[in-house]
Amino acid sequence: MIYQGKQKIWSDYQKEIPDNHWFYVRSCIRQSFFPASEHYFLKICRDLLDRDIYESAHHTTCGGIAYHCDTIPQETAMTIVARQFALMTEAGYENLVTSCITSFGNYTEILETWREFPELEARVREHLWKSCRREFRKPVYLAHASDLVYKLRDEIAARARFSLVDKETGEPLKIVEHIGCHYSKMFPHKGVGGAEYPCVLSGMAEAWGGKVIDYPERRHCCGFGFRQYLVKANRGYSMSNTYKKFESMEPYHPDVIITNCPGCPFFLDRWQYVISEQEGKTYGPDGHGIPVLTYEELAGLVLGFDPWDLGLQVHQVGPEPLLDKMGIPYDPSAKYNGLDRKKLMTPGLPAVLKCC
Amino acid sequence: MDFGFNLSPSSAVELDKVDTSLFRELCRIEPGARTCIGCGSCSATCTASEHSGMSVRKLLLSLQRGKMRDVEKMLTCCMLCGKCTMVCPRGINTRRIILTVCRLYENVEGRI
Repeated sequence: MIYQGKQKIWSDYQKEIPDNHWFYVRSCIRQSFFPASEHYFLKICRDLLDRDIYESAHHTTCGGIAYHCDTIPQETAMTIVARQFALMTEAGYENLVTSCITSFGNYTEILETWREFPELEARVREHLWKSCRREFRKPVYLAHASDLVYKLRDEIAARARFSLVDKETGEPLKIVEHIGCHYSKMFPHKGVGGAEYPCVLSGMAEAWGGKVIDYPERRHCCGFGFRQYLVKANRGYSMSNTYKKFESMEPYHPDVIITNCPGCPFFLDRWQYVISEQEGKTYGPDGHGIPVLTYEELAGLVLGFDPWDLGLQVHQVGPEPLLDKMGIPYDPSAKYNGLDRKKLMTPGLPAVLKCC
Repeated sequence: MDFGFNLSPSSAVELDKVDTSLFRELCRIEPGARTCIGCGSCSATCTASEHSGMSVRKLLLSLQRGKMRDVEKMLTCCMLCGKCTMVCPRGINTRRIILTVCRLYENVEGRI
């Protein structure tokens, strides 16, 4: 193919991401699963890279979980989202950045539905006015926080203290990137690289020195799927999806998995423990698992923040083999210390999966 | 440890490991078997399909995937009416394919 032609085709897969002035909305569940990720996203963007990112204390859930579990109709989710838009409008912002992939999918789906059915938008505006006397303007740009980190990846690389390179061998670390289904599988043109070639995470991994693994089940769902997990009887199905992915990536010996969704890192991390207990199988070297990090945690590691301040101790799979490979210093005795540097507690160790 | 749930058996087909000799032999005798585009016209028109699960499309796919038990079950359901042959947009003689597969089965398995 002619190079210019290839460039033209690739331009269809690009997404415009404004450089500055964002209204940030947090995730419902990420703060309990990965308590430092959102904090460090703000710290990196605001303090280190000097971007204007605003968040409101009045922000609530987007209703995405309830919507995808079929417990609320879309019109209710729309009214909740309309309120978030109203908060953004009142704060004087027009670019919305979401921390959660499901929120991103929910906002996108709602904006696209309003574009197709303007009468529905008018009705939701009425609902919002009746319920809380608020009005809103739709965001000019909607992005996921990983889009923003993708845009800033070279600035982060320029300030990096560590890179995704094995310090012993000098070889790039083998990275598995897993993108949440709601990022671009529903509306491909809303994600960087579309649904076919999403490069939002692979772009970061490569900019920070890593090598991305292309394995057969790369685009397979992590298995969360809301109802698949939330109904206990269906959890075997959820875990089977994760198992399929691990079996597929195992021959490539990945060093780390990075994700941009709230559910994916949780399930890719925790199911490794359940699979090890049920099947006696682990996927890392010497009985360890494969560490699963959020992109903010990986950015934090690359920038030289303390791994325990980044909350890596709350992951089921121990991050120590990765830290050793990258040459990041850490204090094993401080792993379970709180922010006041006092020991919180030491969790029990699994029978099969080696955690440290 | 009992978590109250287990891994579901995988439905993945590992083509490197399955025995496809019967399909290759079928294609040697009836090259038309390779030209199937899997449109499903044969299944849609099949008199037996609704009651028995018979489907020529599925039969060919199962042969390619080495799922012999499924093939055997479907062969016993076919009434050889030939409607599938009449509707095939690729002009495949599906009736003859079914008879050929039956003969191959007789040779290999001594069944049917």
